[in-house]
Amino acid sequence: MIRIIAILVGLGFAAVALISFGFGAYTAATEEVAPHLPYEEPMDIDYSFDGPLGTWDIAQLQRGYKVYKEVCSACHGLKFVAMRNLSDLGYSEAQVKAEAATWQVPGIDPNTGEATMRPGVPTDYFPSPYPNAVAAAAANNNAIPPDLSLMTKARNNGTNYVASLLVGYQEPSAEFLAEFPEAAPGPGLYHNVYFPNRNLAMAPPLMNAGQVTYDDGTEATLPQMSQDVAAFLTWTAEPTLVKRKQTGWPVLIFLLFATVLAYLSKNQIWSALKPKQHRD
Amino acid sequence: MADTAATANTEIPVVPVDDGASDGVRRRDFINIAALSTAGVGGAAVLLPLISQMAPSKDVLAESTTEVDVSAIETGSAIKAVFRKQPLFIRRLTPEEMAAADAVPTDSLRDAESLEDRTKEGHRDVLVTMGVCTHLGCVPLGAAEGEVKGEFGGYFCPCHGSHYDTAGRIRKGPAPTNLVVPEYAFTSDTTITVG
Amino acid sequence: MSFPWARQYEPKTGLTKFLDEKLPLPRFVYNAVGAGYPVPRNLNYMWNFGVLAGFFLVFQIVTGVVLAMHYAANAEVAFATTEHIMRDVNWGWLMRYAHANGASFFFIVVYIHIFRGFFYSSYKAPREMIWLLGVVIFLLMMATAFMGYVLPWGQMSFWGAKVITGLFGAIPLVGEPIQIWLLGGYAPDNAALNRFFSLHFLLPFVILGVVILHIWALHIPGSSNPTGVEVKQESDTVPFHPYYTAKDGFGLGIALLALFIMVFFLPNALGHADNYIEANPLSTPAHIVPEWYFYPFYAILRAFTMDFILPAKLWGVLAMFSAILMWFFLPWLDRSPVRSGHYRPLFRKFFWFGLIPTMAALFYLGGAPAEEPYVMLSQIFTAYYFLHFLVIIPIVSQIERPEPLPYSITEAVLGSDKKAVLGENTEPAV
Repeated sequence: MIRIIAILVGLGFAAVALISFGFGAYTAATEEVAPHLPYEEPMDIDYSFDGPLGTWDIAQLQRGYKVYKEVCSACHGLKFVAMRNLSDLGYSEAQVKAEAATWQVPGIDPNTGEATMRPGVPTDYFPSPYPNAVAAAAANNNAIPPDLSLMTKARNNGTNYVASLLVGYQEPSAEFLAEFPEAAPGPGLYHNVYFPNRNLAMAPPLMNAGQVTYDDGTEATLPQMSQDVAAFLTWTAEPTLVKRKQTGWPVLIFLLFATVLAYLSKNQIWSALKPKQHRD
Repeated sequence: MADTAATANTEIPVVPVDDGASDGVRRRDFINIAALSTAGVGGAAVLLPLISQMAPSKDVLAESTTEVDVSAIETGSAIKAVFRKQPLFIRRLTPEEMAAADAVPTDSLRDAESLEDRTKEGHRDVLVTMGVCTHLGCVPLGAAEGEVKGEFGGYFCPCHGSHYDTAGRIRKGPAPTNLVVPEYAFTSDTTITVG
Repeated sequence: MSFPWARQYEPKTGLTKFLDEKLPLPRFVYNAVGAGYPVPRNLNYMWNFGVLAGFFLVFQIVTGVVLAMHYAANAEVAFATTEHIMRDVNWGWLMRYAHANGASFFFIVVYIHIFRGFFYSSYKAPREMIWLLGVVIFLLMMATAFMGYVLPWGQMSFWGAKVITGLFGAIPLVGEPIQIWLLGGYAPDNAALNRFFSLHFLLPFVILGVVILHIWALHIPGSSNPTGVEVKQESDTVPFHPYYTAKDGFGLGIALLALFIMVFFLPNALGHADNYIEANPLSTPAHIVPEWYFYPFYAILRAFTMDFILPAKLWGVLAMFSAILMWFFLPWLDRSPVRSGHYRPLFRKFFWFGLIPTMAALFYLGGAPAEEPYVMLSQIFTAYYFLHFLVIIPIVSQIERPEPLPYSITEAVLGSDKKAVLGENTEPAV
């Protein structure tokens, strides 16, 4: 009885799924589906922190920090990163303190209790440029600039994506627009070949070489600046990345050793059963 | 392990009793012991992160120093600051209070310290102590305007009646030691860094 | 119960004698996973996954309790406390990555355990109760994993919670009130997050309880084995300890190696980038999918696109729940007297060329975008999935001619069973 019911139920579900399939197939055969708007996969760039043995390039992180500070921070916050974390970038305690003081963070007037701005201290987090989402939207044509703390983890292939996006602005060709009219930049939008719908609300932030003057004398080309800031944002997204990889090796070597021993031990214990088994 | 192998052999009928050379048995034992010990080491290593995750996190440790501007404290009054999420009393002593503290023979105190021991050179009038009674951790009264200062004009802990004098030293009541003077330094004439 | 030749626990020292008299916990362990539990001697590596599943349950509980010490279940700060764990808590990143990837490994191990059960028909009498409890564990695991994924309060957390609770909205009449009741509001927010956290903390211990019942039920008939022939004599078995403790130790080493390669070098590979964006009720991610271990069932849910008597949404929800609930009936659907797929030629073909490719396809399709050809493919494989369990298995088990079985496990392992030939045991095979 139960099997008869089961067969009926099974046939029922299968039939309904196949009816859905039939209609789907009919629709697919008769209706033209607009092709996806194509966009470029991010460039594959080599970074010092790639791979299982990767480490930070401290000079690059410092350069990237400078790009963030002088360019990105006008619109994007970094709310999960504290100024004290800059010590990871090779700055001394005094340098971190001095650097923190160059940022204005929200504070409270100790006498009146009114909201005010004060110089940052190492325990402060990087300030967001807008007091709230409404202000951010109002100042940016309704497109809220996202916080960048986790940006490279919040996109697939994030580090390469950020570096590519920053150099991906270009006017669409006439042929491309003829094929994909919806790719035409809307008002206040900018064409970017790495952005999924190719229309990005962010104006090109890096316009020309030398926009940032690097302290270490590195030539500030567009790719250099975009890759440096992408590296910096990889650090902000996961400050423990290098420590993670460095912890991994001893753990895995130990586990490999333990597993080999466990294998030998298992073989030794089972060997009692393996040889010619019959006593008679 | 030697008898495990031996019993295993005797109790499983289809398994031959291995009367192999004794050095072979020793080698086998060695593998089992090594495997078990390695597992033990691994298990112990796992405890490291499990235990240390409960220690103060980086943001808590970063808050472990506090800067206070002491220039605004008027003579004879005190302010409360926060140091490591605990109250910190900073008091600017009057000449009378300093004299009262000096008048007490240090030897007669439960916790023998002079006012000099408890203040920084050149800033004898600035008394920085934790606002935490050394008895059981209540916050003593006496820092804010109008609070009871106790029999000795310093601080008074209402929980169990400990009286501290103008140098924050225990004079009467159950507290065992003077109010703790945290590690601090004058980073300028007007600013101290605690911690 | 146990086999008559099971070794008896004999306390030797004063302490163990005392314990054995007052609280015979050592005896219990000895009989459960020690030398006192005789196990078929021919178990292959597929039989490692039960112990591994138990290990990962404990692993998840330990890392989870640690994470709960630092996490706050409030929509305002949940995302921030997760980042606090990643950045500031000592070894917090390791705990979180281990917990997140540990969940994936728990599911990998449990899926292998379940499919081992399918191939060797481990659900058949006398082991129906073990199977039923196992399905209960799987359902509880899915609920726990779903609620755990909501806790970081990223975009996928939020929209996952919204979509999955939205499934209840498909129930006629009472659906919408149920959905609002489940969420404690009209959309996922503090109320939902807090109850999910509470239940995510509770359910693992419920799972632990059902696991104990699962193992208890296992010890009544004893473990199954790759031949499917029941244990007949002492030479068919070996004591669990040291034979299977050693083998499980080795298996655990391999599993941990694989887990920690992921944790240390590819910690986010099994997750979704969108979940590193804080939950935003006003903006849906382009491509909402659950965690990978729900993909087959998500593919089944999305396969029903046609209103046919019932609305398409209801069909999808019914099918998704039935896809698991029907496993409860499996012991009574498969009436073949032979257990192991090794001796069932037709069943074996449907398993390897039907069920396994279907599952692989559904795993892939559940994560694919909801567009053609993926939807059409999921419809075909969904149809096969239901046909396999509800139609093919009952019919195959009726018409199939099984291959000859070995007389005993000993014979299967050793080539001949002289004792059997000598007539010490004259019971017919199965």
